[in-house]
Amino acid sequence: MTTNLQQAARPLAWLLILLLSGSVLGSAIEPYDFESELQEKRFQALAEELRCTVCQNQSLADSDAPLARDLRQELFRMLQDGRSDLEIRQFMVDRYGEFVLYRPPVAGHTLLLWGGPLALLLIGLIAAVIVIRKRRQAL
Amino acid sequence: MIRMLIPLLVFGALVGLLIAGLKTGDERKLVQSPLIGKPVPEFELPGLHDPDVLRSRDDLLGRPFILNVWGSWCWACRAEHPFVERLGREAGIALVGFNWKDERSDALEWIDRFGDAWDFHLVDYEGRVAIDLGVYGAPETFLVDHRGIIRHKHIGPIDATVFDDLMRRILQLEAEAGT
Repeated sequence: MTTNLQQAARPLAWLLILLLSGSVLGSAIEPYDFESELQEKRFQALAEELRCTVCQNQSLADSDAPLARDLRQELFRMLQDGRSDLEIRQFMVDRYGEFVLYRPPVAGHTLLLWGGPLALLLIGLIAAVIVIRKRRQAL
Repeated sequence: MIRMLIPLLVFGALVGLLIAGLKTGDERKLVQSPLIGKPVPEFELPGLHDPDVLRSRDDLLGRPFILNVWGSWCWACRAEHPFVERLGREAGIALVGFNWKDERSDALEWIDRFGDAWDFHLVDYEGRVAIDLGVYGAPETFLVDHRGIIRHKHIGPIDATVFDDLMRRILQLEAEAGT
């Protein structure tokens, strides 16, 4: 019985291995000659927090779209030029709008976005406290 | 009794929100260009039929023009082509093709097959100028006024409704240019 089960599981295990290795091989990043490990890390970080505008809901790091490739190239060029992360983000925002930022800035018009979850949590907590108190009183 | 209705009301509000979200879904996918109201970025690009001729931003200033981003690989560009041709005939201002991330031979073949509706083309196969223009897909259509300011951008294929809207805006740009 156990051997049967093991036999049945084997193709599944292979499938899993295949899928996992596929995701590693399928990574969209081209090989770039980074000057330092720090530069490579900055590249990765920026590519992950910038949205690919063609294939929305993917980051520049994840996307294989031609435009994402161009933008990564541009990103690499700007890093080579010694531009700061802030300047690079601004470059993208100037062209594609704040939409490209996966982490939008905290500002007046994004207050609901950033504060919303916290406000909902507070409302929930207050409601819970009220309900619990009432039930205790009823006992 | 009223308290029992509260969850129902909250649920109803949530459903309303989601339905509204479904309806505006397509709109939200469009990235509003932050470049509207800003000058066309500097560029120097070769032509399609005339690869030796370099055209720059300054060559285009003085009169309003339409900048239409297309590529032979772009399926939706075929769909909008009849309207691009109409723009070429009816707009009365220069219709500039922006041949984006293409290959010259493919682009020329495409034009042979479907017709060259444009006055001339700018060729950007590396996509560097397209980034400055905030192009993120084809087709896209920009309206630029006589001072070189980007006044309008349409993302996606031109259909009858979009065509009418573009024509109205073009008339206004022409009026502003005083021609």
